[in-house]
Formats: sequence, C-alpha cells, structure tokens
Amino acid sequence: MTQPTPGKGGYIGQAWLVILLALLYGGGLAGVENALSGKIKANKRAETYSVIPDLVPGSDPDKTDEIMVRGENAKEGLVYRTRRTDGSHVGWVLPAAGQGFADRIELLIGLDSGVTTVRGMYVLNQRETPGLGDYITRADFQDLFRDKPADRPLAVVKTDPAADNEIRALSGATISSESVAAIVNRALANFREPLRALAVERSPGNARPDEAVE
Amino acid sequence: MSTEGTTNVPEEGPTALERFINGVLPENPIYRQLLGMCPTLAVTNAMKPAVTMAAATAFVLICSNIMVSLLRRLLKPHLRILVFTLTIATFVTIADRFLAAYVYEMSKQLGPYVPLIIVNCLIISRAEICASKQGLGVAISDGVGMSLGFGLGLATIATVREVLGSGTWFGLHVMPASWPNWGIMALPPGAFITLGLLLAVAEWATEKRASTALWRTVRMLWSWRH
Repeated sequence: MTQPTPGKGGYIGQAWLVILLALLYGGGLAGVENALSGKIKANKRAETYSVIPDLVPGSDPDKTDEIMVRGENAKEGLVYRTRRTDGSHVGWVLPAAGQGFADRIELLIGLDSGVTTVRGMYVLNQRETPGLGDYITRADFQDLFRDKPADRPLAVVKTDPAADNEIRALSGATISSESVAAIVNRALANFREPLRALAVERSPGNARPDEAVE
Repeated sequence: MSTEGTTNVPEEGPTALERFINGVLPENPIYRQLLGMCPTLAVTNAMKPAVTMAAATAFVLICSNIMVSLLRRLLKPHLRILVFTLTIATFVTIADRFLAAYVYEMSKQLGPYVPLIIVNCLIISRAEICASKQGLGVAISDGVGMSLGFGLGLATIATVREVLGSGTWFGLHVMPASWPNWGIMALPPGAFITLGLLLAVAEWATEKRASTALWRTVRMLWSWRH
C-alpha cells in the first residue's frame, strides 16, 4: 500500500491557509469569550438565585452567602450557603458539572444544612439530544432527586426504584440520566465532609454574632 | 485568475440582484430547496424562537459568505470544505455565545439548535455554490436573500403553529378567548403537518404561476400567428 504524498509544496504548502485561519479564528473566539464570559456568568448566577427557594425550601435568596469551599480533591469550588429570612442556616446549593451524552452538563444540587439529604436538583445548562436526553430539564425528572439520601451514592435503574437511593432512568436517555446521577455523586463525594465541617463551625455556640443558626 | 493548485474561480454567474431575489422566493431554502429542515421543524412552535433562529442563521450565513468570497482565490479544491466548515463553526460559536450573553432565556430555549447551525446545509451550500465562485457584493446579496428566504419560511410555519396551537403571535393573544388551542400544532407532529401543507401551497402557487405563464405564451404566439 502506498503512502499518500503531500503534493506540491509539502503539507504546510497545502494547508497553510487552514492553519492560518485556525489561528485567526481561534484568537477571535478567545476574544469573544473574554468579552462575553462575564455577562454569561452573571446570567447563570441570576438564574441560580431564582431557583434557590425551590432547591432548598425555606431559603431566602437575599440571605444567601457565596463561599469558596476546598473540596476533598483540594480544589476550591463556589458553594451557596442558603439561609431563612431570619438568618438561620437552612442548607446549601452546590454547583456541579460533568460530561453528559452530548456535551457538558451543569447542575445545581440543593442540600440540607447537615448534608444528609438532597433537597432538589436543577439542570442549569445542557446540550443533550433533543427529545430524549434533554428531558433531564423536565421538572418530573429533576423531582426524582428530591429527598434522596446525600450520604450514599445515587444509582440509576431502569425499573421502579426499590431502594431510597435509586433514580429511575429516562426512557431512551439512560446515558444522560446516569451522567446526571454521576455528577451529583461526584460533587457530594467531594464536598460532603467539607460542608458538614462548615455547618458544625456555624452551629449554635459557634455562630457569628450577626447571624442566627438553625 | 487563480494560481496553480487553487480553485479555478470563473467569476461568472447570476448578478447580485438575481442572487438576492432567488434567495427570497424562487430558490427559497425551505419551500424550494428543502434545506435546514432540522431548525424548521424544531424551533417553529412560536415566533420568538423562530425569529431568533432566523437571525442567528442570517448572521452565520452572511459572515461565512463574506469570508469565503474573500478567500476564494486562495482555496484549494481538496481543502475547501475544511475551510468552509472552519469558517461556519467559528461564526456559529460567536452567535451561540452572543445569545447566551444577551438573550439568555431564548438561548436556553433553543438549546442545542444554535450549535447545530453548523450542520445546516443551507450555509455550506451557499459557500460552495456562490461565495467560493463570485465576488464579495454578490456573496453578500446571496447571503442576505437566502437569509430572508429562510426567515420567511420559519416565520410562516411559526405563525401557523403559534396562532393555531397557542392562540398567540409573538406571545400576544390574537385569537378569541373561545378558541380551543390545537395543542398538537405546538408539538412535533404539528411541525410536520404545517410544513407539509405550506409546501403544498408553495408548490400549487408555483405551478399555477407556471401554467399561467404557459397559457400567456400560447396566447401570445396565437395572436402573432393571426
């Protein structure tokens, strides 16, 4: 079998335009991302605040703190510490992300203050298959995560759940369903203990003078 | 003229005005060429997403036509599709990020359909048929005409589906309160039904116009003979 020859001018001579365009377009896209990423982050933050009362019932978005927490993997991540109107700590909203079937999925996980129960789950951003995987954005799927245990990994099953940590997969979108559960499990494994430690620090007796504690 | 190994660019073809007019009606992307069926069926349940999709596609189509036309003398035949795809993907990414920044809710509603503009055959076909062979003015005219034609197609289908399915147009109530919304029109079957019916109307109108023209020609020949 003969090897293909690069033709006149060699590979660079043939592909110089493609290489040059790739560099120019890449630079242009970096500039666009740099210019717009702040606005996009602000949009996601506003959406996060709008769903906090649903993710952690009883929360007052105006009383939410944004704190950086060092996870088990030694990396810091943003966590929303939610409080009631009277200032008492009611839970956490943990942003998490991971690979789905088609693209990256971004989630918000609502947790109680002791990180024992998942209070809610919300899909912030996804690009799953239309009509199949994108059903992870539906309320009926997201509600499946409500009141699930946060101290054990969630498991996706294709039949009716037999245990309290099981989630029924979406029909025709098992990989998307498993991806969401895997993202939740990874985030909980990473932040469960650090958040519990923070909750203890803020427990009665350790509270800041300006805040009430549950 | 082109250098050795690059695309031979004859610089011949329809004028800018012809390209523009052809794109709007005679070669309408949806009703005459059946291109871009994915967004046509997926985002036409209401006018707002349809118009947003039409605007995003117009941006990508016009910009890619401009770039390809400017680069046409440098294109090598076996690498031209790569250059088209690279160019289109760049402008689609810009459109996607822009929508996420300034029309966030609509960006979420359109979901993966904005990135999917990359595989819209309309855009790569205009690069191949027009922009890679003709000058900048013609390429821009072609892009604008085809964009208007595509927008017209999306808007007509979205109008039928939103009015019948939700009783609204651009979110404003246009049907009487007693109107029983035809829910199926807002669902995927409604997209296929509406597209099929409007395609039939477009075909009927074209044939009627053609038969009228034929009849006029026959009468004209008859009058000349006598």
